[in-house]
Amino acid sequence: MSAEPTGRTHYLNADYGVKSWLLTIDHKRIAILYLISITVFFALGGLMAVLMRLELATPVGDMVQPDTYNRLFTMHGVLMVFFFLLPSIPAVLGNFLLPLMIGAKDLAFPKINLASWYIYSIGGLFTLWSMLHGGVDTGWTFYTPFSTAFSNTYVISTAVGVFITGFSSILTGLNFIVTIHRMRAPGLTWFRLPLFVWAHYATSLVMVLGTPVLAITIFLLGLERLFHIGIFDPALGGDPVLFQPMGWVYSHPAVYILVLPSMGVVSEIVTAFSRKRIFGYKFVAYASVAIAVLGFLVWGHHMFVSSQSPYAGVIFSFLSMLVAVPSAIKVFNWTATLYEGSISWDTPMLYALGFIGLFTIGGLTGVMLATLGIDIHVHDTYFVVAHFHYIMVGGALMGYLGGMHFWWPKITGRMYPIFWSKLSALVIFIGFNLTFLPQFLLGYLGMPRRYHAYPEDFQVLNVMSSAGASILGIGYLIPLVYFIWSMRYGKRAEDNPWDAFGLEWETSSPPPTHNFLETPTVSLEAYDYADREEKRRAAEVSASGAVEPG
Amino acid sequence: MKLGFPLFPDSGSTLAPQVDAIYFFGLLVAAFFSLLIAVSIFFLAFKYRRTPENLVGKREKAGLLLEITWSVIPFGIMLVMFGWGAKVFFTAQRPPENAVEYYVTGKQWMWKFQHPEGRREINTLHVPLGQPIKLIMTSEDVIHSFFVPAFRAKMDVLPGRYTHYWFEATKPGTYRLFCAEYCGAEHSLMGGSIVVLEPREYEAWLAGEPVGGAGLASGADLFKAKACNTCHRPDSNLQGPSLSGIFGAQAELATGGSITVDEDYLRESILDPTEKIVKGYQPLMPTYRGQLSEEELMQLIIYIKSMSEESDSVGPEAAGPRSGRASETAS
Repeated sequence: MSAEPTGRTHYLNADYGVKSWLLTIDHKRIAILYLISITVFFALGGLMAVLMRLELATPVGDMVQPDTYNRLFTMHGVLMVFFFLLPSIPAVLGNFLLPLMIGAKDLAFPKINLASWYIYSIGGLFTLWSMLHGGVDTGWTFYTPFSTAFSNTYVISTAVGVFITGFSSILTGLNFIVTIHRMRAPGLTWFRLPLFVWAHYATSLVMVLGTPVLAITIFLLGLERLFHIGIFDPALGGDPVLFQPMGWVYSHPAVYILVLPSMGVVSEIVTAFSRKRIFGYKFVAYASVAIAVLGFLVWGHHMFVSSQSPYAGVIFSFLSMLVAVPSAIKVFNWTATLYEGSISWDTPMLYALGFIGLFTIGGLTGVMLATLGIDIHVHDTYFVVAHFHYIMVGGALMGYLGGMHFWWPKITGRMYPIFWSKLSALVIFIGFNLTFLPQFLLGYLGMPRRYHAYPEDFQVLNVMSSAGASILGIGYLIPLVYFIWSMRYGKRAEDNPWDAFGLEWETSSPPPTHNFLETPTVSLEAYDYADREEKRRAAEVSASGAVEPG
Repeated sequence: MKLGFPLFPDSGSTLAPQVDAIYFFGLLVAAFFSLLIAVSIFFLAFKYRRTPENLVGKREKAGLLLEITWSVIPFGIMLVMFGWGAKVFFTAQRPPENAVEYYVTGKQWMWKFQHPEGRREINTLHVPLGQPIKLIMTSEDVIHSFFVPAFRAKMDVLPGRYTHYWFEATKPGTYRLFCAEYCGAEHSLMGGSIVVLEPREYEAWLAGEPVGGAGLASGADLFKAKACNTCHRPDSNLQGPSLSGIFGAQAELATGGSITVDEDYLRESILDPTEKIVKGYQPLMPTYRGQLSEEELMQLIIYIKSMSEESDSVGPEAAGPRSGRASETAS
């Protein structure tokens, strides 16, 4: 036990008071600000999901009005995508860990980092304001001409919220790119970088290149709605379908913004809990970049039945399926890393292995959706809903929770209860599958998404899904409780409680404000557990050798 | 399977078995790889679990061959799914030559149908078994999507243009129709049914139904009422081109190039007449935007198409030879 000498100064106790938090430029404190904000949005979005699943427990739309239901699924999507999932791993874990992992004192632009959080919060407040005034009912995709000419809800203010938040995403991406290029510790070459950093680099590229398209699209949507210019409205000579490719040019890469960082987290966890170098480091690293690039070329797979040219459909089908190749490379390499490892079944590992399984199902059903002949039937049904929840919740969220459990001791200097944390991983895994597996069947049966009421013979599968959702909800509450509990009562964490590899574990837990007392230098390849072990043995031998004669 | 609730949808069209086949192949692939990964993870994580003798993992062995293997195999399977899927997709996209044309208008929140004989229905469409049927669809307001799970296909229904959907029913019965694109408050209630009847029963059903719908003028009447016939007289080529035989033909444009005269071009020429002028004519025609409802537009287009089919005897009773049943109705 290396219990910290009481009184040691670290980033959490360096200063107290509201001002020291709200005006901080410490990337670690900003990460905590983000953590609190996104947890609030997650709770709100989750509450809406609970209400939806309650409504769908019976075929008749009896619990809430159709208008209410439509607002629920819209706000659930908007909050979860833009205000929880997009910032989740990058803005919390990425913010906290990138400088630590590359041996830097902070991000390249600490003040811009703080500005990002403020911009995010202002966007969030706009959206919350819209919600409190009655919400919006267009679906998070804001399809025209419904959103521009027919909906009489708070489309503009919600869209403005999303528009503003986009800038925080761009600034975070920019900050990460510059930091990774310019601030690596001596000896930390590109191919010695942790894969978490590679994944964040790829993610940042998508954020910087994709988010402006979202801004343009929302801007046009707003102009059309306010001034009836005739961009999307056919009655004014516009094209109602034009909005869809514009929206998906951002929104599909956004899915990769969600899942790439999660893949980075899983790469870290799988190596740490196998105590073994990752299998095929370069393949996993380049796979991240390949996924990021391909993500920009697949928007048309959302439009196979939208009147898009069938030939375009064929091209988009092919390009979408190509994403399966780098994704498969990642999954196979993670699995192969286990071979001849020293595998511990600690909580973060349970989440990471859960991620691999659920992401595999999500990815393979994605290939099915990219298959033109299948998509014409399952497009806009619960099959799609199930598929993207396997990616966004089974993938992105499992990775986020795995990362939280992995780095929590580093972030807070405290351990969480082992039993409860393993239980939470199990409950979430079971609850998740019970919620979303039946939805694949419902989708193929033909239940369209965004339905407030449905035919009676779909009820059994819907009840299973709702039951799963309640288990899932409990699964999320458990970590929330013990994380908060641990901050006061948890056992003090060692600097490197998992004996993991990486610069972030070489500083104290929690780290000092400037991360490292002296700038570290890197002499080993990433995750080189075998070499580290040899060095340790050699050091032990020489130490004992030195002692013996005396 | 006796579960009391279905796990698999009813199959009612020629397309359904083709979509099912590729779906089962996809499921098989998904199940195989998911199980492969799950079993490998459990096996490896158990076999190489941390013990006092196994505290650090072994050195990684380079595996270029493995990397290539697990890139090429998924790529190969992907190609199969891609090619097969595209083939089924083109089948679903291209109606057969002998398809009979029906018209569909979607609006918040109902479906309106028109039979080739002029009969009209709301939310229920009666069709004969074994006859390929092509739906020409448009929307009066937002985007809808025409989805019949038993037929395994859907197509978006757009405002301001026409999209197509075709099917050939293989089993008599009543099949669910859903709107699959979110369209506002009552989206989940914008359903209906497709009733597939034996051809003889269909004829009997047709005979028992009144022709036309209340309050909707026929295309021929509209053609006169809107004074289309003053310029587009079938026997003259003065101010406007004759419309006889024009449908499906190529029209030379004043700006150069040519365009196939289809439903969308006719629609555009009625609403935005100066947009694509036929060579040799002046842009004299006024717009009819705002003066015709979607359904009236559709009546006009159906009428103009019928002029094409029997170019020498154009009249209100003109019946297309393509729809055999139409002549029966007219007589």
